[in-house]
Amino acid sequence: MTPVISAEGLYKIFGRRPQRGVRELRSGRTREDLREQGLTAAVIDASFSVDPGEIFVVMGLSGSGKSTLIRMVNGLLPATDGELRIGDEVLSRMTPAQIREVRRRRISMVFQNFALLPHRTVGENAAYGLEVSGMNRSEREKKAKEALEMVGLKGWDSYRPSALSGGMQQRVGLARALAAGTDVMLMDEAFSALDPLIRRDMQDQLVELQQRLEKTILFITHDLNEAMRIGDRIAMMRDGRIVQVGTSEEILNEPANDYVAKFIQDVDRTRVLLAGAIMEQPPETLGAGQGPRTAHKLLRETQNSWLVVLERDRTPAGVLWQDDVAEAVRLGREELPWSDRHDMPVVRHDTPVAELFGKSAQHDSPLVVVDDEGRFAGVIPRVTLLTALGTMGADAPADGDPAVPPPEAPDTPDGADAPAALTADDSRGGDAR
Amino acid sequence: MNPDDALMPRLPIGDWIDAGIDWLKDNVSWLFDLFTTVMNFLVGNLTDLLLLAPALVMVVVFAAIALLVRSWKLSLATLIGFAIVLSMEQWETMMQTMALVLVATVFAVVIAVPLGILAAVSSTVSAIVKPVMDFMQTMPAFVYLIPAVTFFSIGVVPGIFSTIIFALPPGVRMTELGIRQVDGETVEAGEAFGATRGQILRGIQLPLAIPTIMAGVNQVIMLSLSMAVVAGMVGADGLGKEVVQAISTQNLPLGVEAGLGVVVLAVYLDRLTAALGSPGEYRGSLIALAQRTIAQRATTTI
Repeated sequence: MTPVISAEGLYKIFGRRPQRGVRELRSGRTREDLREQGLTAAVIDASFSVDPGEIFVVMGLSGSGKSTLIRMVNGLLPATDGELRIGDEVLSRMTPAQIREVRRRRISMVFQNFALLPHRTVGENAAYGLEVSGMNRSEREKKAKEALEMVGLKGWDSYRPSALSGGMQQRVGLARALAAGTDVMLMDEAFSALDPLIRRDMQDQLVELQQRLEKTILFITHDLNEAMRIGDRIAMMRDGRIVQVGTSEEILNEPANDYVAKFIQDVDRTRVLLAGAIMEQPPETLGAGQGPRTAHKLLRETQNSWLVVLERDRTPAGVLWQDDVAEAVRLGREELPWSDRHDMPVVRHDTPVAELFGKSAQHDSPLVVVDDEGRFAGVIPRVTLLTALGTMGADAPADGDPAVPPPEAPDTPDGADAPAALTADDSRGGDAR
Repeated sequence: MNPDDALMPRLPIGDWIDAGIDWLKDNVSWLFDLFTTVMNFLVGNLTDLLLLAPALVMVVVFAAIALLVRSWKLSLATLIGFAIVLSMEQWETMMQTMALVLVATVFAVVIAVPLGILAAVSSTVSAIVKPVMDFMQTMPAFVYLIPAVTFFSIGVVPGIFSTIIFALPPGVRMTELGIRQVDGETVEAGEAFGATRGQILRGIQLPLAIPTIMAGVNQVIMLSLSMAVVAGMVGADGLGKEVVQAISTQNLPLGVEAGLGVVVLAVYLDRLTAALGSPGEYRGSLIALAQRTIAQRATTTI
């Protein structure tokens, strides 16, 4: 699969004779050394690739170079050095006219402060990209209407953007990018100017639209929770360099360095970590065809108080409890003694941990985790769940590099410490995803 | 003799300029003749046009324009103000001045706006234009009259010439400012969707700069008007000539009446162009009313 966007050793340096800066950075000088010479190294040696149909998030604080990076992808800022490909074409070898053509046909963009044209109606704004590329009026109006409908703004065509709320204005920005019909969308802090509740709505809608339309999205944000919520993969940027690229779980579980580790300590991991990541394998399981005696033996050997019973196709049949099994053996029964007090809570492997607490509290049994086909994958006893939660709060590196600046506080109310996260999540129930 | 004279040689800048002007007069007099013909034609015909209909009819027409563009208040004030000018028997001179101001404004704007656009697009042009504009605006306006008379002899044409030069700078400045202050992200949006420079200029920068450009045009008109009075000194017909005559004959009544005529004209043109620059602010104008009715019909049909 050829990546839609691929960057190889990308540099962007502002100032006079920027090429000099690239050479010096390569020979080991730092960003600060360059600053003394009046050069600003915005992006340093960035390499990444975005696959078709992927939401690739570039995450970093202000000044980390992420906005510069996204502007290099559609050629708003030419790279100082390195190669950037859109599909098979190399951007730096194109003429201005060819770059314009790429922007019209392949890459559209959504802006932080919406960047709508206040003197045009919502419909005309949505049709802007098509107008620029010379489509006739009736056709582009039709496409703009479709795009506006997709983002939930049906019937707003004839209003001015100033009559709309911030969230609605950004929907127009989104519709403008969708109407252009490009396969790649660049989103520059697209939801950062919106208030948290609307931001969440927009994130969900974006993920849903992406699944429906299979756009490739390069998304820039400074909000790690947002990055983890919508990103298939995340590139962490710091001081112009990409320090780690990976899925949200990879970044949470194996932070590449202290900086990333420090960053993720503020993330509410219970929303990112999935049941599959914290489940464990029980020492033994029982086939549904076996009798109480086998169950009794297994329970004695494993010293557990419960035992998971599986059907032949490895779907879970139920959970047996020690007392019931002992009773059945004493009475010499042949059937497995299903408990009438305990039923079996089953969760899918991709359930966020945040949603497990409620279930776990309602049942004494361990949570039984199943895979996509409904087959048994593992169990999460209550103890495991609480332990996982405990390590989430505790393993944040308090002994990190003191030179690392503390990351911005997250704008969600979720605290980093375990008890706070627990109560917050319980009260909110399963609203995530 | 001043002791400094030995240290500082006398630079005959004035003589050089004079020589330059003489050279121009000898070599490009065809250009001045052309300018003279065009201006005489335009101002003469416009004045005739303004004086074609009976004065009372014209007062009503001007009041109607005020209602159309701004509000009934300005319309009423126009009615009263212009009627007073008419009764002071300054109507003809006011129309002459208006013709001069309008022609000078049109030419100043036609030169200033493209120059302002160039200055906004290119920093080099901006760096050259800025000091030239400063020079043009700070040089006492009367000084322009001297070469103007050399070029065009006396009459309305040297008046127009110096008026255009004097009124040009704010038009250029405000156009450049208006375009430069358009939100960078909005311009970036144009680029990001593959718009050419021309498409960005026409579709984004100019429309968004219109209020500022119109503020510049308003300034141009005001400066033209102040210069039109000065132009009376070189024989341009109009209120200015009345004022100059009043000064030379110590005629206070005439001076006051002609001066009042200038005030009425100034207020009228100022309020009118201000409303043209930001139509959204004047919801009482007939244009705004018509737009609202159309918009309402459009939404009810949806």
